[in-house]
Amino acid sequence: MSEPRTLLQIDHVSKNFGRVTAVDGISLDIRENEFFALLGPSGCGKTTLLRMLAGFETPNDGRILLDGRDIARTPPNKRPVNLMFQSYALFPHMTVRANVSYGLEMEHLPAAEIRARVDAILTTTELVPFADRKPEQLSGGQKQRVALARALVKRPRLLLLDEPLGALDKKLRGAMQLELKRLQHEVGITFVIVTHDQEESLVMADRMAVLKDGKLLQCDTPHAVYEHPADRFVADFIGVMNFVPGKAMAGGVMAANGARITGKVPATLSPGAAAVASVRPERVRLFPEAQAANRISGTVEALAYQGLDLQLHVRTPLSPKPFLVRVTADAADRRPVSAGDTVELGWDAADVRIFKD
Amino acid sequence: MKYTPSRSSLLLAPALAWLTALMVVPCALVLALAFFRRGTYGGIEYTFTLENFGLVFDPLYAGIFLNSARIAGTATLIAVIIGYAAAYAIAAAPRRLQPVLLFFAVLPFWSNYLIRTYAWIVLLNREGLVTQLLRWFGYTGEPPSMLYTEGAVIAGLVYNYLPFVILACYAPLSRLNPELAEASRDLGASAVTTFRRVILPLTVPGIAAGAVFVFVLSIGNFVTPALLGGGRFQMIGNLVYDQFLTANDWPFGAALAMALIAIMLLVLMAQALLADRAAGRAAEAGGDADG
Repeated sequence: MSEPRTLLQIDHVSKNFGRVTAVDGISLDIRENEFFALLGPSGCGKTTLLRMLAGFETPNDGRILLDGRDIARTPPNKRPVNLMFQSYALFPHMTVRANVSYGLEMEHLPAAEIRARVDAILTTTELVPFADRKPEQLSGGQKQRVALARALVKRPRLLLLDEPLGALDKKLRGAMQLELKRLQHEVGITFVIVTHDQEESLVMADRMAVLKDGKLLQCDTPHAVYEHPADRFVADFIGVMNFVPGKAMAGGVMAANGARITGKVPATLSPGAAAVASVRPERVRLFPEAQAANRISGTVEALAYQGLDLQLHVRTPLSPKPFLVRVTADAADRRPVSAGDTVELGWDAADVRIFKD
Repeated sequence: MKYTPSRSSLLLAPALAWLTALMVVPCALVLALAFFRRGTYGGIEYTFTLENFGLVFDPLYAGIFLNSARIAGTATLIAVIIGYAAAYAIAAAPRRLQPVLLFFAVLPFWSNYLIRTYAWIVLLNREGLVTQLLRWFGYTGEPPSMLYTEGAVIAGLVYNYLPFVILACYAPLSRLNPELAEASRDLGASAVTTFRRVILPLTVPGIAAGAVFVFVLSIGNFVTPALLGGGRFQMIGNLVYDQFLTANDWPFGAALAMALIAIMLLVLMAQALLADRAAGRAAEAGGDADG
């Protein structure tokens, strides 16, 4: 693969509405042809950032460089960027074909070319049988594909997607996640998706940015964000995490009950500072071998069977919340546990992440 | 709950009785009247004739119909342009301000129609407020004749019916998903194109409803042309009024009234047809935005 090229450079961009700062000095690089996710809880500024990329908001500060050109003040109809709206915003008085043609008509292209390009995108998005329908005659998934086709047919440098799967039910969402990824690959356009669903960004994104209160907390691959969260918030927001609160000490964290959790302490944490040790449920083992660095025994409070695996809630003296442990289905079959059992838990020092609390 | 048609339709009875007694029966009487002959000394001679309807098409009276339609049409056009612009501005205002602005838009309604129309006489007469204002700005010539002109009638009609247009246009404009306009801009359309191709087509039902209101109320109006138009035969309303109360030709008055009702029904039917066609897209225009 060739060297990834930077397509979009968000350079110290800030936006405030009155006294509310929605986006606070964010800098990000988005590369050519990548599937990039902006992730965060509601109110984190991700939608405002997206609207600035589309041209519906103007930053108070900073630059937005597309192919090296500052577009921060370019109106939405003059930038090679298209947005797929959360509500889809299909024109209700136009057929599917008219909706998709609209953007090309605005470019004053010859009718034959418009027709050819619209036909091609309708084929790609499997919308040919619905070309003459009005939006009201379409299902949610079909509307979503029309919205996508309408934006893609413009061949933008950058396609922005605002919670594209939010309105779909869970099963359809799973299918559309893969569908979107396939399409992105096929058309070779850079996608920036906004979502509050961490699972969605883990599945779809090549790289993701986690935002909170208008600030960028971490920007990396889903794997890196999941395995090496930048701080406690990210660790908690992405996936499921067990937290053991305590105080930092050499080589780990001293829990409230005096137990020591062994793990790598970040250099920024001085001994005695409030810290939290964390470990993912799938990294915790039941009935660990003797050499496991961290061990604790507890009582099984509840079991949740999830088909592929079994989730245990284990009450331990380490934290006020029960420990979550994920056991694969076949491991659970080999050595069954039930509620009320006393079990031994163990995990490696390498799986422990320690953060400032 | 089970739907019991017999019981719930009882609730309709008072309204139906009211309409039948005070609307259907009088209309039927007027219709019947139109087929009789005028008595020699006023009154009615009960012999069947179609003459009255024939007379409606007499160039003299047909001309008044056309004149009325022209005046009502002009008033409608002006009211729609001003009203749509006002409704657009109100719908674009901050949410909490909108009810206040709408209240001010319909405020004139709370005063009597006649008083509002008399107010225009105060404004427009030769030594009225407008003339005085012109003088104050240094105008020294003859006072302009504004009152008792067609322009005064149109101004009065526009003024009186503007709130209807504002309300009728505000409804679809405020329901319009703002993301539709943004989507149009995003796809490369200018603000003007966005208005022409997205906003206007989706708010046509409101315009049509407001326009029909103004047109129907204007074409049959007789107070405004009587007071601001100087009481000359300008519009059908005055003509009907005159047949009943001055000329004492009830059968011909009735025929004129029926012709007027027929025109109104045609306009209303056209509007219903348009609204029906637009119903689908209006329902969709609200969008399924949950933000």
